[in-house]
Amino acid sequence: MMTQLLLFNVTNGLIIGAFYVLMALGLSLILNLSNVINFAHGGFLVIGGYIAYTITPYIGFWGALLLAPPLTAIIGLAVERVLIRPLYGRDPLYSLLLTFGLAFMIEDGTRFIWGPQGKPVTIPAFLAQPLSNDLFFITGYRLFMVVVVMIAVALLFLLLRYTRLGVRIRAGTLDLETVAALGINVGMLRSLNFAVGIFLAGLSGVLAAGQLGLEPTMGTGLLMPSFIAIIVGGIGSLPGTLVGGLLIGVASGVTAVFFPAASEAVIYVMMAVILLTRPRGLFGEEGMMS
Amino acid sequence: MKAEHTRKLIVLAAIWVALLLAPYWMAPLGGYTALATRVLVLGLAAMSLNFLLGFTGVLSFGHAAYFGLGAYGAGLTLKFLALSTPLALVAGMLLGGLCGAILGLLIVRRRGVYFAMVTIAFGQVFYYIAFQWSSLTGGDDGLRGFSRQPIDFGAFKLDILSSANSFYYFVLFCFALAVGVMGFILRSPFGRTMIAIRENERRSRFLGIPVERHIWIAFTLSCFFMGFAGALYALVNNFADPRGLHYSQSGDFVMMAVMGGMRSFWGPLLGATVFVVLQDYLSSVTVNWMSFVGLLFVLVVLFFPRGLLGFFQRSKA
Repeated sequence: MMTQLLLFNVTNGLIIGAFYVLMALGLSLILNLSNVINFAHGGFLVIGGYIAYTITPYIGFWGALLLAPPLTAIIGLAVERVLIRPLYGRDPLYSLLLTFGLAFMIEDGTRFIWGPQGKPVTIPAFLAQPLSNDLFFITGYRLFMVVVVMIAVALLFLLLRYTRLGVRIRAGTLDLETVAALGINVGMLRSLNFAVGIFLAGLSGVLAAGQLGLEPTMGTGLLMPSFIAIIVGGIGSLPGTLVGGLLIGVASGVTAVFFPAASEAVIYVMMAVILLTRPRGLFGEEGMMS
Repeated sequence: MKAEHTRKLIVLAAIWVALLLAPYWMAPLGGYTALATRVLVLGLAAMSLNFLLGFTGVLSFGHAAYFGLGAYGAGLTLKFLALSTPLALVAGMLLGGLCGAILGLLIVRRRGVYFAMVTIAFGQVFYYIAFQWSSLTGGDDGLRGFSRQPIDFGAFKLDILSSANSFYYFVLFCFALAVGVMGFILRSPFGRTMIAIRENERRSRFLGIPVERHIWIAFTLSCFFMGFAGALYALVNNFADPRGLHYSQSGDFVMMAVMGGMRSFWGPLLGATVFVVLQDYLSSVTVNWMSFVGLLFVLVVLFFPRGLLGFFQRSKA
């Protein structure tokens, strides 16, 4: 029984961790290249979820899964063009405040449009079944979510490793000035990079909608753990963010078995311990923190 | 130079006269004394944050934590330890300041956005403690069951509990004290060094200034002021709220400082006045006040990045 309980919570932790990873990777991309802490990231997750909710009746769950993230990314692109672009090169304080206000507007806006009550998103029936009687907690949908996250993360890393855009993003993260001097359109690069980050937020929104249902405030709860995933993994390192997200997901899952009240506190304790022993985080590199 | 000096003195006198007479001119304008008290306390908090943000150039986005700690420190003292208002203020200030001093050690080496991120995350630690430890803090409902106590001077008693005006003047006295100390520090060689670090950190380092230690001291001092403001806030409401520690409250403080003008000493007080009055008004006329506050953030950032004072000063020049 104990092993099953433990397994149950580790699985839970991994699934939550997968969400943290998707959110944190998007945040991290934007932070590394543009030096913007996107407080509205949770808001974009909510937008993705509600778009999926709105279009599911017409094109079904699978259509929504494919279409909602790019639609969210387009909204993100517009926001970047109009609101965030004027702030590049200014004190990071300003982009922080702006996205902070934006998060307020998105939360209140979704409440205004779709109402404050939670909205369910129907998932295909065969995904809602548990896989087996012993492992009743692993429904097909949970497994499916983890697989989708894995594919998305793999594609992201392939994109960054092998495509021209990815190489430029990585180069820009290290030294944006040189990248600009080489004749690359930095404004365009930042926009595309922002869109990729928001795409990931939209995707996590669709997945979360199928698992948890939708609420205007759901993004805020995921934002802080994503910050911590980035800090724990090491600011500036995407593999670090990946490991950090999974780590804090599992840590809070396991803590929930033994000491439920501390399941949220444990991730902060982890952050403090890691910052004390490894000030740059697990995978942080020299020079990235200053 | 002489004219500049006289102008400054006149402005300073005007600010203090306006503050001293606030209970008398607020009411005819549709305000109420308790609103003036709140403005004063939140203004002090914004000025404390600006001590770090505007004068050392370090962006903390988790300062609400120390504000909230001050509030809980004062509330818990009044509820469990002693029925003494001054003691509660000191306890709140110490709790906020000491927690800030300890966490400051962990974060002073970060800069820019990374400093902001780590301060947010650590600020949330205290939010969760206040939220989860219900047996002590009242959890989600907040800490209740205490009230500010009249102050006994022996010869006479200052009834700050039932008289809104006496309480306002008590808060104004505390405000003046804190602001005086703040101004004194900023004029001291240490304050000048803070500004040097803000202007050019690398050059300060070459001059042999221990930059990390100075930032740590500035952070800690700012947390002490913040704790003091938080303790006053607990007295204002006779209540301490876990949401007072949340990072969204930190965002409001940063907004007040930026909206008023980060580069000036009194700017954050102006920002707090506009922000508090506006929020009070908006939440009374529309349920969608959150959208309007959000819009205010966006508009200030895009069109008034130097704040109201910065805007006026530039258009005058």
